[in-house]
Amino acid sequence: MRPASFVLVAGVLSAPFASSASASTVSVTLPRLALAEYKRPYVAGWIEPATGGAARSLFVWYDMKKAGNEPGTKWLADLRSWWRKSGRLMKLPANGVSGATKGPGTYAIPLPADLTPGHYVVSIEVARENGGRELVSVPVSVPAPNGRASGKSELGAVVVSPR
Amino acid sequence: MRKISPWIMPALLAGTMIASTAQADSTYIKPSSTNSSGENNMVTFDAAGADHLFYLDHRPVQLNTITVTRPDGTPGTVINGLQQRFRSVFDLRLDQQGTWRIAAQQTMVTGTFMADGQERRVGGRRAPTPAAGGERQARAGEGQRAPANPGAPVRLPPVALADMPANATDVHLTEVINRTETFVTQGAPTDVAHSGKGLEFDPVTHPNAVVQGETARFRYLLDGKPAAGITVTVVADGDRYREATDALTLTTDKDGQVAITWPKAGLYWVSAQTQDKNPGEKRAELRRMITSETLEVMTP
Repeated sequence: MRPASFVLVAGVLSAPFASSASASTVSVTLPRLALAEYKRPYVAGWIEPATGGAARSLFVWYDMKKAGNEPGTKWLADLRSWWRKSGRLMKLPANGVSGATKGPGTYAIPLPADLTPGHYVVSIEVARENGGRELVSVPVSVPAPNGRASGKSELGAVVVSPR
Repeated sequence: MRKISPWIMPALLAGTMIASTAQADSTYIKPSSTNSSGENNMVTFDAAGADHLFYLDHRPVQLNTITVTRPDGTPGTVINGLQQRFRSVFDLRLDQQGTWRIAAQQTMVTGTFMADGQERRVGGRRAPTPAAGGERQARAGEGQRAPANPGAPVRLPPVALADMPANATDVHLTEVINRTETFVTQGAPTDVAHSGKGLEFDPVTHPNAVVQGETARFRYLLDGKPAAGITVTVVADGDRYREATDALTLTTDKDGQVAITWPKAGLYWVSAQTQDKNPGEKRAELRRMITSETLEVMTP
């Protein structure tokens, strides 16, 4: 556990999405896949109350620049759960939520600072062109969210850490 | 052979078939996708009546009976429509955000009467229009049932309702209203309006938010009021690859609702039927109503 924590902290600090040190974060690892043709996946994360209720998007990474007959927004619905629970109710691009697609690596995303204490589920969903789709959910408790899970194919570790 | 016969209309329809061997078919409109993001997405549809869901093995839904309701309630237009032997196929460009309803409704009157000492059937296929390009021509003797034994009189072909003679007696007619529909949503879902006429699907759970492992509630309305105690049949896609149809049969509660927990993701056919004594056609005794929805159940 110790070495893993150390690696995690390093990842958080080096990630472009690292925010103020006081915030809780979810770190997401996109694995490097040995493929002849690899397109950066669409990825979304959200948090929702464990007992049900409105989902809140944390981030969505998609092709924001592609326009024309088949714009990048066309494949947002491939993030099936996120699209149903949150994406289709949002106006995109959304400030602080939308971002460009990212390659393999570990990224840390801050959780909202204004969550009321209670039980939540943090979910990360990935969909890749000509690839798979994977959903990983981590149950956590606020104010000290702490948990981890791992995907099998499109997602590596998903780690929620308290401030 | 399907275990559940949702309705017997095809048996009445098919003049050349012996009623007891006729199979019921399931009318459906199958969308290529049900949830889309972005704008101006194109969806394509198959509309058919088939013995197995969702295959193409019996008849097309008449292309000219397809109606589209846009999210704002105005009518939409299908493009690239083609009516084939087993299906109608058409495209729809989603030029509004929200939930679109794609439907077809067929109303027919079927039954029997006596005239000049003979029993005649009403309904059935009308005589094929001659010289209509591409339409099937009548085969010799079509519509006539073979005599049960040699020497017995040949049964006469069915007549159209409009051609029923004035001296008809013992009139026993049923009005059959067969509605089928599906829903597709671009962007955020919107509510689906109902007309208050006949048997209608009035979803409590949005039809484009149905998920494996979750429970959806659907309400049925009869002339705008909750329809209690009616039968609802749920069939999953792919019954040609199963030994049995494995239909789930439910009955609406006092509020006209059923609850369905989806065992797995995929396409489902949800069909309700009932009958009453309020036909729109004055000479009919019964009104039989069927409404069938095609739903795509998504992964969690």
